[in-house]
Amino acid sequence: MDTYYNPDDLYKFGNITEFQKALGDKFFSWYNEVFKDSALSAKEKSLIALAVAHAVQCPYCIDAYSNDAVEKGYNNEQMMEAVHVAAAIRGGASLVHGVQMMNKVKDISM
Amino acid sequence: MKSTKTLHGAHHPLANNDRQLEVLEMESGIPSFPHRLEASGLFPLKPTGIDILQINMGYMCNQTCKHCHVDAGPDRKEIMTSDTMNELLTLVEKNHFPTIDLTGGAPEMNPDFRWFIEEIRKRDKACKIIVRCNLTIILANKSYNDLPQFYKHHHLEIVSSLPFYNADRTDRQRGEGVFMQSVMALQMLNEAGYGKPDSGLILNLVYNPSGAFLPADQALLENDFKKELKNNYDIEFNNLFAITNMPISRFLDYLMQTNNFHKYMQKLVNAFNPAAAAGVMCRNTISVGWDGNLYDCDFNQMLGLKTEDGMPQHIRDFDLEQLNNRSIVINQHCFGCTAGSGSSCGGAVA
Repeated sequence: MDTYYNPDDLYKFGNITEFQKALGDKFFSWYNEVFKDSALSAKEKSLIALAVAHAVQCPYCIDAYSNDAVEKGYNNEQMMEAVHVAAAIRGGASLVHGVQMMNKVKDISM
Repeated sequence: MKSTKTLHGAHHPLANNDRQLEVLEMESGIPSFPHRLEASGLFPLKPTGIDILQINMGYMCNQTCKHCHVDAGPDRKEIMTSDTMNELLTLVEKNHFPTIDLTGGAPEMNPDFRWFIEEIRKRDKACKIIVRCNLTIILANKSYNDLPQFYKHHHLEIVSSLPFYNADRTDRQRGEGVFMQSVMALQMLNEAGYGKPDSGLILNLVYNPSGAFLPADQALLENDFKKELKNNYDIEFNNLFAITNMPISRFLDYLMQTNNFHKYMQKLVNAFNPAAAAGVMCRNTISVGWDGNLYDCDFNQMLGLKTEDGMPQHIRDFDLEQLNNRSIVINQHCFGCTAGSGSSCGGAVA
């Protein structure tokens, strides 16, 4: 193995059932159900998935959902805005802890 | 609009049909289309009739789109003559095809285009005549500016490509400046009544992906296009047809140059849909080349795959009964019409 990530491995995702079939089958059945049109449309879910893929920084997911979002008709601006939402939440998640830092500093300060 | 050379003009190896077929057939790891069809109980693929006479009036075009399966462009000289058109008029008079679908290149660039339509209308007032108009031709020079009125006068149905509702993706595929010219042409067509509710003048748009991916659900895309074109440009149209790019000619060249060919073929194969295969357009269409040769579809025409051996292969030998009993010629590119919701000149089929 030369690299930890190989783009072709994305297409082998289904093979995880080889080592644990029952759990793998349950995961894929649930996964497929999640992405169906329901209270949210499959198109809306695709953009959420794209944002989450960037938040969790999963190269496979970014590959899959960049492709899926383009196919579903999102334009470049919409997709980049979704990535900004992910980045804003990640950035905000760090910054909001600044309040904890401030609380601590105030606790130990005269 | 910047003009680039066609594969033929550049003497590119893929301008050769045999080379294209070799590339398609030799790709490893891609199952055979006939086998896939056989597994679905559809082999040999048989016609359901001939409802659509699709006529390619020539490969000349004012655009050189990156995905063009015809390899059309300003440097293509193949054009249908009035003699061939006269033979077709005899066929039209005899067979009364429900739909006559005129394509190219830009069919309007054929000098006998208007005459041909007038003559079809004299012989068949009821048939649906579709013109595949690339939109920018209407603005290409003054002599084309009255095309919307001509279309309206003969009650033609217009089908026009617009790969996306913004300039970025449209111009990447069709050439710089094409989007804004298309917008102006669509506004001219709307002004003539095309695409307007209750006008009876049909204006349909064609979406095809601007890259190595498959089209989304046709109805969803149509909603997006209607909203964006109305809000931004006050444009109306009837339906959007979502068409898959066929891995031949200039799109094949693009796939190979960008190292996307294998992945794209895999995508088509993985998305094979037997319901789409049952509804492919070649089952109710016959395609006529600029020189009168007969093909099962426009894609086979561009690959030089004539109708089955032993069957009529030129309009001079046209025989409806024989053609209705032919087996349709298939090859690996046919995966393009059977993926997902399927793809035809009228959009999704399943």
